[in-house]
Amino acid sequence: MIEGILIGLTTALTIQNILMVMIGCFFGTIIGMLPGLGPMTAIALMIPITYGFDPATGLILMAGVYYGAVFGGSTSSILLNAPGVPGTVATSFDGYPMAQQGKAGKALAIAAWSSFAGGTLSAIYLLFMAPSLSKVSLSFRSPDYFALMILGLTAIAAFSSKGQFLKAMMMVVLGLMLASVGQDSLSDITRFTFNNMNLTDGISFVLVVMATFAMSEALTIILKRNDPTSAAKQVSLTELGSIKINKEERAKMYKTIPRSSVIGFLIGVLPGAGATIASFLAYGMERNVVSDEEKEKFGKGSVNGLSAPETANNAACSGSFVPMLTLGIPGSGTTAVMLGALLGFGVQPGPRLYMTNPEIFWSIIMSMYIGMVILLILNLPLIPYIARILAVPKNYLIPLILFFSVTGIYVMSFNNFDIYLMIGIAVVATYLRLYDFPMPPLILAFVLGGLMEENLRRSLLLSNGSWEFLWDRTLTACILATTILIVVWHIYKTFKKNN
Amino acid sequence: MNINTTKIISLLFFIFSAFYLYTAYQIQVFAFDENAPFNARTFPIYLGYAGLFFSGLKLILPDPNTIKVEHKNLEYKKTGILVLIAIIYGATILKVGYFLTTSLFLFASYYFLGERRWILMFILSFPFVAAFMYLLHGVLNIYLRDPFLQSIGVMG
Repeated sequence: MIEGILIGLTTALTIQNILMVMIGCFFGTIIGMLPGLGPMTAIALMIPITYGFDPATGLILMAGVYYGAVFGGSTSSILLNAPGVPGTVATSFDGYPMAQQGKAGKALAIAAWSSFAGGTLSAIYLLFMAPSLSKVSLSFRSPDYFALMILGLTAIAAFSSKGQFLKAMMMVVLGLMLASVGQDSLSDITRFTFNNMNLTDGISFVLVVMATFAMSEALTIILKRNDPTSAAKQVSLTELGSIKINKEERAKMYKTIPRSSVIGFLIGVLPGAGATIASFLAYGMERNVVSDEEKEKFGKGSVNGLSAPETANNAACSGSFVPMLTLGIPGSGTTAVMLGALLGFGVQPGPRLYMTNPEIFWSIIMSMYIGMVILLILNLPLIPYIARILAVPKNYLIPLILFFSVTGIYVMSFNNFDIYLMIGIAVVATYLRLYDFPMPPLILAFVLGGLMEENLRRSLLLSNGSWEFLWDRTLTACILATTILIVVWHIYKTFKKNN
Repeated sequence: MNINTTKIISLLFFIFSAFYLYTAYQIQVFAFDENAPFNARTFPIYLGYAGLFFSGLKLILPDPNTIKVEHKNLEYKKTGILVLIAIIYGATILKVGYFLTTSLFLFASYYFLGERRWILMFILSFPFVAAFMYLLHGVLNIYLRDPFLQSIGVMG
């Protein structure tokens, strides 16, 4: 492991890669701060820029963007009560009241330090856990992978659906259907191309991500421009107050950060769970463990209430890299986008990544920590200036997002058809978003579609067409049992809520 | 059954899944693969049935959390214009070239979204695209096709 860490440090600490982390953190913060634009959009917008880089540098840039976007989301949560990403919704519970009390600077500083601590601790957990999990995952067979993918898709559908599980499952199926367009990987038989040559190679991953996130988010912002329910209240961006944290507040954070980082990391590792659930759970747990006096302050500007979700959501970000790097199965929509980018670089994540491309594996882990440090150094002194970015008029923001989306497709294919297809998918996605059809399950399904078919093919061929492979191995059966548990629990929860 | 837009979307998805399933059954596979446990049409067939199942359930089950969208508050006109500009942009980008079409697309989008600060609109279109093009083409070595700039001799 020491050797691996040294390889990672050597790769991550080159001037080019440090520069990439800095650029990533900076742009990620800006994009993540803009309400409606989250880490997935931020990473999707970066994909065309990474075409010219080697895989390690490209991924280091994306990791920087990811952390920056999560931190940026906290800023808009605290200052505007308009979370840029779902993972920072819990941050606004105590961050926004603090800002209203004239302590916006302090709230942002607590968020920055908590994010840093959460990210640092989880990078350490990742450092120790990822290699061991890599070794364990070498024993995984095709049926286990197939079951794991079913679990990942079900979990993301259950957790991202806000009580609309069937809608999320429809999006999963749609994602898998889109992934099935083009040549079959084994027989080269074309499917669903309708004799259109442009579809022979399938639909590009970048196209689907750009359409369902960047472009459709831009269209949604314009569409809902006059919607009073989406209008954000604004605190003064010119009077942020001091960013100094006093001794008493620090003492509170010292207790909150370790426990929230463990929760965040463990939740992040689970497929489909991610930063949103981690931050809500950490917030809930913190409220249960603090004194009655402190409990009263929750929702009114509590330091613990702000520190807990901020620590947990950053820890969950690192945690979500574990299944992606070790199993090749992304745990969240954001890591699904990164997995797609990795495949685009010709790198196949999974247990063998640790052995075949150690420089990529370790440099991502090491650059995460470097990213945390840079995020703190860069963002803390720049808080008053960064906050002003929230005032960017949408008249400029939207066309620029559309421009980046079209450019991403243009440089990839030089094909009008892809641009039309992207616009078409974006329009459909915008309409579906209006009625709360979630997009992350679609992306995860699209990324996993090919792998899922491949593993199902192998499993069915090995078992001579019998579905017994689902319960033949204990591991497969356990994974499927977990999937069933999630579905049953979700149905029960929905049923209870409706009654 | 209460008919709302979510149900209509589910119905459309049901029809789409039925069409997908029909097309999946039409996929031509090799003769020796016809009776194999898994061939090119197996997975799409399962997907078609899954689509019918989930959309069918959404159609028949009651929907207590009906989403109500206030259409009168939505900016359909501006969104439509923006989509139209994006389509025109997509149609002309290959023939005219990246620089001119992108700059005009940005300028037109700012205008239709209600912006009237002409100098800022200009800076954030033509010089901005030139700088971005330099970053992609000049620094990152990503090829950008531009017949317009080639015709006036700016690009090789």
